[in-house]
Amino acid sequence: MTSSLDLSPDLSLAGFASALRHAGLAITADRVQVFLRAVAALDIAVAADVYWAGRASLCADPDDFPRYDEVFAAWFSGDLPSGGIRRTRAAPTVVQAGLDAEDNGVEGEDHAIAVSASDTEVLRHRDVAELSATDRAELLRLFASLKPQAPRRRAARRRPSHTGEIDPRRTLRAQLRHVGEPARVLYRRRGIRPRRVVLLVDVSGSMRPYADSLLRLAHTMVRVAPRQVEVFTIGTRLTRVTSALRHRDSEYALRLAGDVVPDWSGGTRLGEVLKVFLDRWGQRGTVRRAVVVVCSDGWERGDTALLGAQLHRLKRLAHRIVWLNPHRGKPGYLPVQAGIVAVLPSVDDLIAGHSLASFANLLKVVADA
Amino acid sequence: MNVVGSAADLAARLRGTGYLADEGLATVGYLALALDRPLLLEGEPGTGKTALALAIAEALDLQLIRLQCYEGIDSTQALYDWDFPRQILHLRTVEATSSGAEVEEVERSLFDERFLLARPVLRALRESPAVLLVDEIDRADDEFEAFLLEVLSTHEVTIPELGTIRAEVPPIVVLTSNRTREVHDALKRRCLYHWIDHPGLEREVEIIRTRLPEVSRRLAEQVARSVQRMRELDLLKPPGVAETLDWARAIDALGTDALDVQSAAATLGAVLKYREDSERVRESLDRLLAS
Repeated sequence: MTSSLDLSPDLSLAGFASALRHAGLAITADRVQVFLRAVAALDIAVAADVYWAGRASLCADPDDFPRYDEVFAAWFSGDLPSGGIRRTRAAPTVVQAGLDAEDNGVEGEDHAIAVSASDTEVLRHRDVAELSATDRAELLRLFASLKPQAPRRRAARRRPSHTGEIDPRRTLRAQLRHVGEPARVLYRRRGIRPRRVVLLVDVSGSMRPYADSLLRLAHTMVRVAPRQVEVFTIGTRLTRVTSALRHRDSEYALRLAGDVVPDWSGGTRLGEVLKVFLDRWGQRGTVRRAVVVVCSDGWERGDTALLGAQLHRLKRLAHRIVWLNPHRGKPGYLPVQAGIVAVLPSVDDLIAGHSLASFANLLKVVADA
Repeated sequence: MNVVGSAADLAARLRGTGYLADEGLATVGYLALALDRPLLLEGEPGTGKTALALAIAEALDLQLIRLQCYEGIDSTQALYDWDFPRQILHLRTVEATSSGAEVEEVERSLFDERFLLARPVLRALRESPAVLLVDEIDRADDEFEAFLLEVLSTHEVTIPELGTIRAEVPPIVVLTSNRTREVHDALKRRCLYHWIDHPGLEREVEIIRTRLPEVSRRLAEQVARSVQRMRELDLLKPPGVAETLDWARAIDALGTDALDVQSAAATLGAVLKYREDSERVRESLDRLLAS
């Protein structure tokens, strides 16, 4: 195999792994070690062998494949084996459009799942620094007063209890302790587990004044139940920001989220993005039996029939759909926008989301769901 | 047992069992054998993740031990459990027959191998060489993943009453996931990762021909082509290879050896499992079947 650099084979392979790390893949030392062993078990002179060895040992997600392919082609300046570049249906197709002059260097390696972008899409990174120091301190103080609680559901696993059905295993074990003499009958019943919560936060232009607060709210919820809460931003694309929001420090978490979201303050194509969400995450299980909170004003630029159909689909999967609309709390508000009208039949709760009090109300609705 | 010499060798052996692996899958599978690493397979439902484990077991003439994961699964269902009713019976028998048996002796006899109920993971360690299939790991909880991690990295298990059980030859471990939940990164790091895609047209025809020799070449091609087109239709649940095989089998069972609008409409339920999908496909059925 010809490397772009004149290095010893092992060094060249390690360099390749390091290049992947710089491209954003989570490469750890043990992964590199497995990679080197894998190549040693195959034939380093065969491009396909090195390709598959690397893909199996260095990638951990189908989202990693496009970047892996790119770096592989660049590092070894060889052709990719056929079959490796076959994309799945949901593969990202990034169409970069309408970038302002000051917004350079935004794209390249975002792993957002893209809806085909139109000319009106504006890719923009959010600037957290815009907030003044006093504002931020005030906001933090206020958000610290919110106490989210995860909703609950019955678990499949049974737990010891005072009432319920007879637990033969524990009863017999207790008998065994008394050398087989009949002892007290013990009981068990199904336990309680936190129910999953999925937040979909609209970050389009019309939601701009609220998006930051909503993500902060999402952060407080993720902090309480990191494994049970999933957060996505929707706009012209779908982006998963859960891992970013798992960071303890809210400022840092929000900055990370801001770096991941490519369509900050862009347009809205709720229907299409919801479809992508349901195809990729929904049907597979993330929203099954979950409480889904959609934070959006329902201003849909695309087809509202599609939006309605997707919400209906979501309703059949989710436990409860809560729609949080910032305008709902304003005097004189009527749910007459085409988007809201389309989703109304599928939504369980339509609640306000413009103030801290309404956020507290949302947390209560979610906790009781 | 581990006499597979190369990726091509593995592919040929799998082919012998009726499983057609492409170059990538064969290479990764060979690596899993050569490096003694668990193999984590992800992909759309019905692309042959579970079937690969079955095929590997058959190709290498090993026993397949399957652990189906579900929510709430714990170590007593995966590893081992004591057979309490039999232990109590044993205790009663000892009590009734012998007068003054040593207490320690009785205790030791209570936690004997014969009262141990070995569950899949323990069985795989004890009966290795074997293939351990951990199916749908994404359905289990995080805690179970952590437990599995421990077993997979050390290939040993400690039972307090009996001692440590270690696999002399590590079992071949295949994990599958449908991605309903993100598998923890720590588990992923221990495994070789492979994403199984839907096969291309030619390979799919070949799969039908291998799996269902009674189906004519013409019908196999027609079915495969239609399914390939369906996958481009943006359906709620694009059909996998399992559905393709079901469909071919269904049409063959009707006694027709060609796919026409009528037979396709009658058997659509074998490929499409959603009403919306069936309606969409029904509308464009003639276009779908055109060659």
